[in-house]
Amino acid sequence: MFRFLLRRVALIVPTFVGVTLLSFLLIHLVPGDPIEVRFGERGLTPERLAMLRHEAGLDRPLWQQFLSYEGNVATGHLGESVVTHESVWSEFITLFPATIELSVCAMLFAIAIGLPLGVIAAVRRGSVFDYGLMGLSVTGASMPIFWWGLMMILVFSVALGWTPVSGRISDQFYVEPWSGFLLVDAWFSDDAGAVRSALSHLILPTIVLGTIPLATVARMTRSAMLEVLGEDYIRTARAKGLSGVRVVVVHALRNALIPVVTVIGLQVGTLLGGAILTETIFSWPGVGHWLIESIQRRDYPVLQGGTLLVASLVMLVNLGVDLTYGFLNPRIRR
Amino acid sequence: MSITETPATAEAAEVISAPMPGSLKLFWRGFSENRGAVVGLAVMLVLILLAVFADVVAPHSPIDQFRENFLTPPSWQAGGTARFLLGTDDVGRDILARLIYGARLSLVIGLSVVVLALSLGTVLGLAAAFAGGTVDVAIMRLMDILLVFPSLLLAIVIVAILGPSLSNAMIAVAVVTLPNYTRLVRASALSELSRDYVTATRSAGAGTLRLMFLTVLPNCTAPLIVQASLGFSSAILDAAALGFLGLGAQPPTPEWGTMLAGALQYYQRAWWVLAFPGFAILITVLAFNLFGDGLRDALDPKLKR
Repeated sequence: MFRFLLRRVALIVPTFVGVTLLSFLLIHLVPGDPIEVRFGERGLTPERLAMLRHEAGLDRPLWQQFLSYEGNVATGHLGESVVTHESVWSEFITLFPATIELSVCAMLFAIAIGLPLGVIAAVRRGSVFDYGLMGLSVTGASMPIFWWGLMMILVFSVALGWTPVSGRISDQFYVEPWSGFLLVDAWFSDDAGAVRSALSHLILPTIVLGTIPLATVARMTRSAMLEVLGEDYIRTARAKGLSGVRVVVVHALRNALIPVVTVIGLQVGTLLGGAILTETIFSWPGVGHWLIESIQRRDYPVLQGGTLLVASLVMLVNLGVDLTYGFLNPRIRR
Repeated sequence: MSITETPATAEAAEVISAPMPGSLKLFWRGFSENRGAVVGLAVMLVLILLAVFADVVAPHSPIDQFRENFLTPPSWQAGGTARFLLGTDDVGRDILARLIYGARLSLVIGLSVVVLALSLGTVLGLAAAFAGGTVDVAIMRLMDILLVFPSLLLAIVIVAILGPSLSNAMIAVAVVTLPNYTRLVRASALSELSRDYVTATRSAGAGTLRLMFLTVLPNCTAPLIVQASLGFSSAILDAAALGFLGLGAQPPTPEWGTMLAGALQYYQRAWWVLAFPGFAILITVLAFNLFGDGLRDALDPKLKR
């Protein structure tokens, strides 16, 4: 197990270096000189420009610049925003809880609904329910979620007036930001109205972001369950006279969960990609919204640092999934 | 002269096509069992017809502005007219016409992205499988790096570098989907490489390029066809998402995602401007996904449940 762990962790190093190389190249490939972008073109004499470029190290060979960038990344210096002059890391860490809160809720929504539906579809294989669910699941996986979100707003916010259109909480509530997770903070503020407001703001984005994972989880659970239900030990369990529910939930589901858990873990990339669209539609102040704004403002250090952080996160989660899988299934620890 | 030639040609054609009807029929039998796949195929055909004959079918030009008809509702709603079946947008353009021309764009996007990613991925995958060693490691590590980025984010970064336009969005989406094809080709090529027929061809003196493209590649096509048809739908979806974010096709191009981006501010009073373009995306993507699932079941019976 230890060797397996070591190998996996060692494999991640070249990938990480490659990711930093890509994000390093980003700032050199975007149109416009970084110094001119930062200071604006007005009143910048050629001498002053050359001096600033020298100060920023931009006149050194590319490989030297890359090495110093690597050093900066290793020590946690990701540059600062051209617009707000805040460090990219501190902006990221302020906004990230909002994205986690939304993503976790979306994933919980997808699991809470997708898992039982997938199990039922597998047990009643070939029934109307099974066909209906599989049809819905392809539809969900085909959904342009930016449009789906707009339709939800159109129906539930504009026509019915049930939910707010955008943001995380109504202006009338102030919650002391302690954890950054508004739901948690609102809960400890003992203000029932704030909790209700935060919840109502969360519902539509959760459904929108959770739609594609929901379709994936339902489909994956169904096919994993079908595989397990055909195994001999299930027949044995039934032959022992155990109740149908017990066989399905205790014997089959436990083994079917292994591939499902893997798929859930690998959804993190999809989830963060979807968060970009969902946060844009609902003006949710998270990392995705921030990245899109950084493009519109030509704030390339933010795009560079943010992309690097998001990619690193996906990499770590994938590593975690890999290790968990190796832990659960000794056969792949080669 | 033609009299002497005809029988020979007919005979030759018969010889060539003799095994085809059998395998095609077999394929169709498997494929048509899946009702969803047949519906998907039908929708695809309709879309292709609409795209090809857009100039004839569309009631108006997609960029003509009817200045006395801003935000006209669909014909069945109060205030709508039969002249604009699905209503008009904020500058008086006919939405139905834009949707029909948009179908043309979406199919072109899907096709270009798939062709680009498929051909590049095939070359890279075959190179990795045949060369092995350092080349293999280098190519596959590069693919791993691309896979670490959430696909939409990577596409956004590429467009930020190249500048927002439809062709750059297509390049971005092709790069993002490249790892799927490369991995698939490499895996299928590796499993074919150990077969006897490859060894036989090699010992008969076939060169590496011939082995790659004429011996091994034709035997890897089944999974590639499936991946390509599923790739079609994700290409359309991702390009539309980029258009929606203002990073893909630029107005007044009637691309479905771009149409939604322009419509955001009208959702309070003109639902039709928002509803129809997205619905068109959903239907198209769904059709290609259903078709791809059907293809997979028909081409690879092992995967069928």
